[in-house]
Amino acid sequence: MNNELTVSSAAKETLPTVFGYIGIGLAYGIVGKASGISPLMITLMSLITYGGASQFIIVSMLVTHSPMLSIILSAFLVNSRMILMSTTLAPYFQKESLLKNIILGGLVTDESFALGMNKLNYTNRKLNFAWFNTVNWFAYLAWAAASLVGALLGNFISNPEKFGLDFALVSMFIGLLYLQLISDKSIKFKLQLLVVGFVLVATFIGIIFIPANLLTLVVTLLACAFGVVMKHAFF
Amino acid sequence: MPSSSFVFLTILGSGIATWLSRIMPFVILKKFKLSAGVVEFLSFVPIAIMSALWFENLFIQHLGQLPSLNIPNLLASLPTVLSAVISKNLLVTVVVGVISLGFLRIFLGM
Repeated sequence: MNNELTVSSAAKETLPTVFGYIGIGLAYGIVGKASGISPLMITLMSLITYGGASQFIIVSMLVTHSPMLSIILSAFLVNSRMILMSTTLAPYFQKESLLKNIILGGLVTDESFALGMNKLNYTNRKLNFAWFNTVNWFAYLAWAAASLVGALLGNFISNPEKFGLDFALVSMFIGLLYLQLISDKSIKFKLQLLVVGFVLVATFIGIIFIPANLLTLVVTLLACAFGVVMKHAFF
Repeated sequence: MPSSSFVFLTILGSGIATWLSRIMPFVILKKFKLSAGVVEFLSFVPIAIMSALWFENLFIQHLGQLPSLNIPNLLASLPTVLSAVISKNLLVTVVVGVISLGFLRIFLGM
């Protein structure tokens, strides 16, 4: 990562995440096809719903003939963490036009969010439209293309998990977390580790009684509150 | 599998709900400024959300009971973390992660 906020630096920096999208996108396409969804619908879901984990959930709920509203509600709940990420990102684009804000906001993902947060550490806490928009579009197109290819490959491969592709997303979160930990100087390192430790404990306890589609959001909110309290008490 | 029109309407509905989650903060915060307290709260979102998305994958949920460990994901996380620390490179980390889990599944049958 460098301090340039240009289309070409965005293209370079987003490449590793594109690899992750391709892995999971392929897996999603294969799973969708194996579940009996047409390649057209599989690709449309990636283009319209556009939400990693939620798409796997939609597929599994379609298979079990769940009511439409409960599928939509589940997708909304899984993706509700987007509200938190967009709220964190939006202040950096307040000076851009409303249309540009809507274009940027509409394609925010876990990974473009994490990349943006990482980038802030190199640019004196600044982001711009050109850089973030490029990151978003690379992700969006890679995801849609990988979904389509996965759907077409689905006739030949029935079990994508066998190859460890589903771990691409988890390893991406591990990598992004580590890079954030070592580069974010706005929060003390020990405090960051403390928050990560809290998340582990909260996930372990929360998973006992919080439905999976709400767990990320609840744990994240609790961890942020914990971070604020610790910061004022001890740091 | 339900009809194509059912599938399409579900996709559209989920898409609109997700899109609104994404854009509403941008639209609202165009006009309003967040208070210092909220900004401080949000400064923890990146590390909290990334670690939550990781840790969730280390457990298998049994609602109402203690979770069991997802051993393959747990084991695959070790070389992945190590490669992140050594390389400080996202691509290397992702490749090592996928190979690690693939190895566990294919060669050790996990």
